[in-house]
Amino acid sequence: MNAHTSFAELSARQRVQAMVDVGTFKEFLGPSQRVVSPHLAALGVPYAFDDGAVIGSGTLNANAVLIAAQEGEFMGGGVGEVHGAKLTGLFRRALRDRPAAVLVLAESGGVRLHEANAGLIAVSEVMRALLDVRAAGIPVLMLIGGANGCFGGMGLIAGCADFVVMSDAARMSMSGPEVIESSHGVEEFDARDRALVWRTTGGKHRYLMGDCDRLVEDDVAAFRSAALDLLGQCKQPGAKQPMTLESLRQAHARLQERIENVGDCKDATDIWQRLGVAHPERVGDMEAAEIQALVAREQA
Amino acid sequence: MENLHFELPGQRVPSRFDAVLVGVVGSGNLEVMLEPGSDPAHCTFAIHTSARGFGPIWEAVVRNFQNQHGLGGVVVSINDMGATPAVVSLRLDQAVASLPDAGGAQI
Repeated sequence: MNAHTSFAELSARQRVQAMVDVGTFKEFLGPSQRVVSPHLAALGVPYAFDDGAVIGSGTLNANAVLIAAQEGEFMGGGVGEVHGAKLTGLFRRALRDRPAAVLVLAESGGVRLHEANAGLIAVSEVMRALLDVRAAGIPVLMLIGGANGCFGGMGLIAGCADFVVMSDAARMSMSGPEVIESSHGVEEFDARDRALVWRTTGGKHRYLMGDCDRLVEDDVAAFRSAALDLLGQCKQPGAKQPMTLESLRQAHARLQERIENVGDCKDATDIWQRLGVAHPERVGDMEAAEIQALVAREQA
Repeated sequence: MENLHFELPGQRVPSRFDAVLVGVVGSGNLEVMLEPGSDPAHCTFAIHTSARGFGPIWEAVVRNFQNQHGLGGVVVSINDMGATPAVVSLRLDQAVASLPDAGGAQI
């Protein structure tokens, strides 16, 4: 890999290979095993041999990890029954193998609508399995850098992880732009307004709001080094917060506080201004490092 | 959907290889998987395509491919979402370039 390789431009398969140490990736349920979607075939829609999910094991700077990647070009990374079961299986395997971390290179529009209830159930199963892994003290990292972003059920799954890493090209939310526009009208949210979409759901906004732990450039090496950094952080005694009823109550209180503080804002730039960002209109043009410096200044 | 199957003679048997997969099943795109086959004198093609009625064009594309590469003992499996013949040919060439014999490590 060159010094600067765009994460967004790579396929799921290429991302997995680029994230782990060279030659260490071992795939589970690879394409030649043909575990394909039974629903798509019944609907007369082409299926993919890996159902858009690549799962396996590898090492990250010699730390054993389990890793998954979603292929955004196949059905928008939609979570179908098989796709979801592969993610669930990977998390369950983590309970047995006890890797240093589980990494998910998420890129998904959410539930694959062709599979309806099977996809919805799959999403809830992934969440359950992910939370079991966290409860076992194994960190779960979501790395989001694909053009399709991370939306719907997959946005919820990302919200369950210990850490979220995003590039400024990435997006994360529950309802996607088109969904909001079709349910609330174009006056409420114009899904074709790319600047609006990115400042509402993009990596910079998520980082400024505290929904994302690391903001990186669209670069494979930057994602890798952020994952390594977080892995190191987890090894510090007492660094990783266990999820308890009390910590969840605190998280809910922070969300309530957020609504009280910025709930009346009409645009993300208004929120940034209220957060104390000196030149909110410049945020769109800033590099990831400048955004990180903004937050560091606020904490200081 | 249409399922097509072709079996063409060939002699060039690649040395032992693990399954190779290139491409993605996306709009105007396809995935091509090469696997070792049991018949060293033939290359077989199993094609699932979303576009019906293009059997003769698929046959021309895979015959052209086989004229160039002459593979034997290989099974080619394709999932297609409306790729043009040129894209199909490029993906097939990419898959062959990814075989260990070709020294390629394309993924």
